[in-house]
Amino acid sequence: MRNVWIVARREFRHYFVSPIAYAVALFLFVVLGILFYVNVSFGVQSGDITPDGRLVMGPMVTLLLLTVPFLTMRLIAEETGSGTIELLLTAPVRDGELVVGKWLGAMGFITLLLALTWIYPVLLHRMTTPGIDQGLLLSATLGVLLMVSAIAGIGVMVSALFRNSLAAGFVTLAVILVLWVIGGLASGSSGASEIVRYLSFGDHLFDNLFQGVVDLGDVLYFVSLTVLSLFVGSQIVESRRWR
Amino acid sequence: MISTSGLTKVYGVHPAIRGLTFEAAPREILGFLGPNGAGKTTTMRILAGFMPPTDGRATVAGFDVVDQSLEVRRRVGYLPETVPLYPDLTVTEYLDYMGSLRHVPDLDRRIEEVLEEVALVERSESYVGNLSKGLRQRVGLAQALLHKPQVLILDEPTIGLDPAQIIEVRRLIQELGKERTVMLSTHILSEAQALCDRVLIINKGVIVAEDTPANLQAQLAGAEQLILRVGSHDAALLESLSRLPGVARVTAQPGSEELRVETSPGHDVRARLARAVVEKGFDLLELRPAGVSLEAVFLQLTQDAAGEEND
Repeated sequence: MRNVWIVARREFRHYFVSPIAYAVALFLFVVLGILFYVNVSFGVQSGDITPDGRLVMGPMVTLLLLTVPFLTMRLIAEETGSGTIELLLTAPVRDGELVVGKWLGAMGFITLLLALTWIYPVLLHRMTTPGIDQGLLLSATLGVLLMVSAIAGIGVMVSALFRNSLAAGFVTLAVILVLWVIGGLASGSSGASEIVRYLSFGDHLFDNLFQGVVDLGDVLYFVSLTVLSLFVGSQIVESRRWR
Repeated sequence: MISTSGLTKVYGVHPAIRGLTFEAAPREILGFLGPNGAGKTTTMRILAGFMPPTDGRATVAGFDVVDQSLEVRRRVGYLPETVPLYPDLTVTEYLDYMGSLRHVPDLDRRIEEVLEEVALVERSESYVGNLSKGLRQRVGLAQALLHKPQVLILDEPTIGLDPAQIIEVRRLIQELGKERTVMLSTHILSEAQALCDRVLIINKGVIVAEDTPANLQAQLAGAEQLILRVGSHDAALLESLSRLPGVARVTAQPGSEELRVETSPGHDVRARLARAVVEKGFDLLELRPAGVSLEAVFLQLTQDAAGEEND
């Protein structure tokens, strides 16, 4: 367990010297700021919005979907490509500890970014009377965090497959976009489309968590997706040894 | 301390090593000598716990490299061939990361000690990415020493170093070999000769010779050779020298003053040779034994193996 923290700490710190991390943070804050401004000013003009946390967390979902893969892409691929993986894999660290540590480091950085964007809901809260629904903000934030955890898990898993970071980034993006849109493709109520809808991100996020309802089933969905990705990720790292 | 039997690793269909069986005793410096692509790195990676063998067994400090990989990795210090480092960390930060993964007690002090040992104290706050190849090599060595491992596995430890650094690193390895088992690979023969208690010569994935550097030389030097330098010589001189008892063959390099005299084993013909040259009216300028270098043994062994392969 201690090794997980050591790896996580190293990865977390690495984001602060990584140009990609700064680029992603810049993109996130600029786009989110513009969207926030546009939404609020149009909303005030037309008068048909309910100011709540979703005004921020909604666009945030899309932005994170597009950016998290580029925060996780280098985690293992870069080590494989540069050869530093050789020293990590000959240190007394389990493959699973390495993979979970990498994921945790990424989660730490993304959570920090998320925390910083709370400035918008706080602004919204001050601008409105009697303020925004804080419970809804919390559950939507929890939803975003859960989703990010699954995306980061998939990101680490895919990163273990590649020697090239960018390739890992785009494949991760493809995987999560598929998970994002398959729900919309499954129409009807046959067993197969039920399963496909269950696998999709969207319903788990918007049906309950973004309505202020924390449903254990949705939490379980994201947690199991994360755990599964990390498990497969460590199997991939181990299988690399056998090649 | 290290023991392998029938160690085999196959990449796809290409066997990198085939049935390697060898041992290394405690406090022994074992040299692993072979041309590039002979399987040295593969063997060392297996012993360091980086990857499992396809077949055969290996134990390090009594632990199986496959079943007890973590135990092996705790006891091994490993310097890979190209030292992979994180360019965004300083030397101290890097050693702190590797040391904490190895749970080194009193890490800060240990880092200072190791930096002292590899003479890197002045560069401890430099970014690893800005270091020269030689300095990086030393960072890699420092990393391998941090946890005071019982077994050190060094893949080409002096590659890319300048002559002064090579001497320094060799001295360090010799020092380290007094307390622990060191296995090092090299394709520099003089290095194996200077450093190792025992040498394994490996070619195309199989061990072709295994002995002390001195014995390996002796193997080839069954017949001793002498170099004879004379002011001038003619065919008659060669003829009469080769008829001396104990002389097997005399050859002259065209345009050279040197004659190469091969003697039959067990004969000391130096006095006879000297007398014969002078009696024939020639000047004897020099008479010296032509030492057989490990280089010659190495070339002969690896070429023999290559020849068999082609047959």
